[in-house]
Amino acid sequence: MALDENGKRIFKVVGTRPPRPDGIDKVTGRAMYGADATAPGMLQGHILRSPHAHARIKSIDTSEAEALSGVKAVVTAKDFGLPDDESVLDVQDNCMARDKALYDGHPVAAVAASSAAIAKKALKLIKVDYEILPHVTDVDEAMKPDAPIVQTGRAMEDLPDGLSENVTYHFEFGHGDMDAGFAKADKIIERSFKTAATHQGYIEPHACLASMNSDGKGELWCCTQGQFYVRELCADIMQMDASQLRVTASEIGGGFGGKTTVFIEPVALALSRKSGRPVKIVMTRDEVFRATGPTVSSSTDVKIGMTKDGRITAAHATLRYQGGAFPCGTVQFGAQSAFAAYDLEAVQTIGWSALTNRPKEAAYRAPGAPMAIYAVESVVDELCQELNLDPLDVRLKNAAQKGTKSSYGPTFDDIGLKATLDAAKAHPHYAAPLGPNQGRGLSCGFWFNFGGNTCVSMNLNFDGTVGITEGNPDIGGSRASISQMAAEELGIPYEKVRTIVADTNSIGHNDVTDGSRVTFAVGLATIKAAREAIKEMCTRVAKIWDIDADAVYWEDGYAKPSGPNAGTFDPMSLEEIAAISAQTGGPIAGHHEVNADGAGVSFGVHLVDVEVDPETGATTVLRYTVFQDAGKAIHPDYVEGQMQGGAVQGIGWALNEEYIYGEDGLLQNPSLLDYRIPVASDLPNIDTVILEIPNPGHPYGVRGVGETPIVPPLAAISNAVSRALDLRMFELPMSPPKILKALSSKV
Amino acid sequence: MKNIHVSTTINGDPTEFICNPDESLLDVLRNRLGLTGAKEGCGTGDCGACSVTVNGRLVCSCLVLGVEAEAAEVETIEGMANGEKLHPLQQHFIDGAALQCGVCTPGILVAAKALLEKNPNPTDTEVRYWLAGNLCRCTGYDKIIKAVQSAAAEMRGA
Ligand code: FES
Ligand code: FES
Repeated sequence: MALDENGKRIFKVVGTRPPRPDGIDKVTGRAMYGADATAPGMLQGHILRSPHAHARIKSIDTSEAEALSGVKAVVTAKDFGLPDDESVLDVQDNCMARDKALYDGHPVAAVAASSAAIAKKALKLIKVDYEILPHVTDVDEAMKPDAPIVQTGRAMEDLPDGLSENVTYHFEFGHGDMDAGFAKADKIIERSFKTAATHQGYIEPHACLASMNSDGKGELWCCTQGQFYVRELCADIMQMDASQLRVTASEIGGGFGGKTTVFIEPVALALSRKSGRPVKIVMTRDEVFRATGPTVSSSTDVKIGMTKDGRITAAHATLRYQGGAFPCGTVQFGAQSAFAAYDLEAVQTIGWSALTNRPKEAAYRAPGAPMAIYAVESVVDELCQELNLDPLDVRLKNAAQKGTKSSYGPTFDDIGLKATLDAAKAHPHYAAPLGPNQGRGLSCGFWFNFGGNTCVSMNLNFDGTVGITEGNPDIGGSRASISQMAAEELGIPYEKVRTIVADTNSIGHNDVTDGSRVTFAVGLATIKAAREAIKEMCTRVAKIWDIDADAVYWEDGYAKPSGPNAGTFDPMSLEEIAAISAQTGGPIAGHHEVNADGAGVSFGVHLVDVEVDPETGATTVLRYTVFQDAGKAIHPDYVEGQMQGGAVQGIGWALNEEYIYGEDGLLQNPSLLDYRIPVASDLPNIDTVILEIPNPGHPYGVRGVGETPIVPPLAAISNAVSRALDLRMFELPMSPPKILKALSSKV
Repeated sequence: MKNIHVSTTINGDPTEFICNPDESLLDVLRNRLGLTGAKEGCGTGDCGACSVTVNGRLVCSCLVLGVEAEAAEVETIEGMANGEKLHPLQQHFIDGAALQCGVCTPGILVAAKALLEKNPNPTDTEVRYWLAGNLCRCTGYDKIIKAVQSAAAEMRGA
C-alpha cells in the first residue's frame, strides 16, 4: 500500500508520545513473562547437555533416572521422529542431539519430574557413553581441507578444491569492472578483520509451559518473537496438525532475533506427551549462553580503491562467517549489505559460510550486516586518513541515493542516507573539540527491513471503543504504535483503542516479529483494516440517511454527507454509529490480510567520541549521537529507544562482548559476569536525531527502525579508537588486553 | 532435606511459608508465594532482575536464602504502588518510555527506589553507578536514567 497521496497530512495522534497500554502491568510486576505461568499438575523439565565440543553418542542409559521416584518422563532423540524438511530436522537436532553432540551444551536428554530438585538429580543418573571427536570452533580453521568435519554430507554443491566439507554456502554479489575500477584509484587499501560471536543477551532466559492431551490437542505458552512460527516448527517436529497446537506468546523479555526459533519448546511438548502432565522448562543463563543464540563470528578481507578527492573507484570484500554446527545463510546478508551505503561503479562481495562446533546461530538484530559493514567502514576511514579527507565528506560524495543501483542488485527508491549524513555534519557534536587520547569515529549503517505476512482485525464495540487483534509479540512498545495508527485513521482518541497480541488460534498467520517489520507491516494492515471499517460505517450511515454510500465520507471520526447534493445531515460519530450497529446490520469490523512488501530500506549514521587509557587499555565512550531515517516516527520515544538500545548493544560488541572458547572447545564465559554486557555506568547519554524521509511503501511513510542501529557502532567505535591511538584496529572486541597488545606492538 | 517454616512480612503483610534450607528467596517469592514480579535473569547475582529489599537493604533475591526472610521485612515490586496510585518512579518510567521489554523494570524500580531513599538528589553519575548491577539490554539506559531523575525531582517537590 503506497504512501498516501496527501503526503503532507497533518497527524493528530501519530508522532505523539502516549503511555503504552502494557505500561502499568510492566511497572507493577503483573505482566506475565515466559517463566511466570503455571498449570495444574505441572512438572519441571530439565535438560542434560553435552560436556564435550564434539562427540559421538554411543549409547544413553536412562533406566536409573526413570526409576527415580518423582520422575515422570525421560526423553532422548529416540522420542522424536524424522521430519522431511531438512531445516526443520536441523532445528529438531539442535533441540536434541541424534547421533553426535555437536557443541558444548548440545542437549542429549531431558527429564520431567515433580520438582526441580528431583529433575536435576535424575539428570545425574543418565549415563551417556561418548566417543570424543576432534573439534573446530574458528571459522578460518573450519574452512581448511584438513579440519575436523562437523557434519558430513552438508557441504555446498561444487565445493571448490582446497576447502573443507564444512563449507556449506557461497554467495556473490556485485557489478562493474573491478580491474578498471582499481586502476583508476590513487590509493588502494586492503585489510583483514575479525569479529567475535556475541549473544543477543536478552535478560529473560527462554521459558515455556507445554501441555499435550491424550486426544492430540496441545497448548504451549512461551516467550517468543513469533508464536506462529513456533507452532509450525513444533507441529512439524511433533507430527501433529497445526490447528491442534495453540501457541500463546507470553510477554517477552527481550529477543533481538534470538527468540525467532525454538530450543526447549519441542522438548517440553515431548515430555508432556510422554508424562501426560503439563511441563515447564526454564533455561538457566548458562544454558542460554551455551545453547541458544549467538550471532556468527567473522573473518573478512576488504579492498577499496579511492581517488585523491575521495571518490571510491572499486570495492571488494570476502566474508567468511561461521554460524555453528548447522548450515547458516547469514553471510548472504553480510555480502549484500557490506557496500549498501555507497554508489559504486565496480563492486564485488563474496561470502562463505562454514560449520563449526558451536551453538546454532540465531538471528541477532540486522543479522550479518554489522560485521561486514565494520570491515568496510574501517577501510573507508583509513583511506580518509591516508588521503587527508574529511570522513563525512567522503561518505557524502559516495552516498547511495534514489536511483543508485545498490551493490546487491535492486535500485534504491527514496532513501534517507544523504539527509542523515548532512544532519551529522551540521550537528555540534561533529565540530566539538577533542582532548588527548581521544578520538572521534563515525560509520554508516544499513538494513533491508522486511514486511511479510500480516493479519489484523479490528472490532468496534457498542460503546464506541475499538479492539485490535494482531499476532506479533510486542517487543518494545508496538501495541502503542498500532493503537496510535488506528486512532489516527479512525479519528478517535488513542485511549479508545486497545490492541492485543493474539494466540495462534485467534487470528491468521503473522510472520515473526523480526526484520523491523511490525510497525511497518502491522501498522499498514491496521490502517487498511480501519479503512475497511470506515467503509462499512459509511454504508450504514448512508442507509440511515437513505442516500448513496459514496455520498458519505469519513473525516475526523465522523461520517458526513459529501456535499450539498447529498443532502443536509448532522455528522454521525463512530460512537453513535457503533451504538446502533445492532439495528443497522450487526457488529462492525474491519480486517486486513497481506504479504506486505515495500518495507523501505533504512540508513543511519553514528558519531562517537572515545577516550582510551594507554595505561589500562580501557576505552570510555564520551559522547554518542545516532542519526537515523525513520520514515515517519509513530511513537518517537520508542523510535529513540530502538536507536539507543541498538547503539549500546553495538558498543558492547565493539568493546567487550565475545564468546571465548578454550582449546578444549568449551565455552569459557557462559555467565553475565564473564560475558560482560554494557552496564549503566559504562555509558554516556545516547543522543538521537530522527529524520523523516517517508517510505513510499507505507501510507504514513513508516520505515522499520529496530535493526539498523546495531550496525554502525562497531566501525564507529573502532574508527574512534584507531584515531585516538593513532593505530588501526582490526579485531573486535577491542577489550583492554587487546588494546594493550596492539599498543605494545606500536613502534 | 527437611523443609523449614518461615514467618516474615512481605510488602507489609504477615506471611508464612515453608521452604528447603537451600532454596533462594527468589524461588520462594516466585514459586511458593506467586510473587512473580521479581525475575530471574541469571540466578548468580549478575543482572539485578531479582532485586528486592530485605529490612530496607537492596539485595539480589537470587543470592538470599528463603530462610533468611525469617522475622524480616521484605519489599518487592508488587508492593511499590499504593493501591491504585503508582509510585512516582513507576509513573515516570511509563511516561518517559524507560522500558521496552520491561523484564528488567521491576528490579530497576526497586533498586532506584532504594537509591532515592538514601540519596534524594543524585547526580546522573550516581544513578548510573547505583544501577550498574541492574542490566537492561533494550534501552541503552538513557531513558531509565532520565526517568529516575524526573521521579526524584517530583519526589523532592521540585
Ligand atoms: S537473577 Fe538475581 S541477579 Fe540475576
Ligand atoms: S527493557 Fe528490556 S531489558 Fe530493560
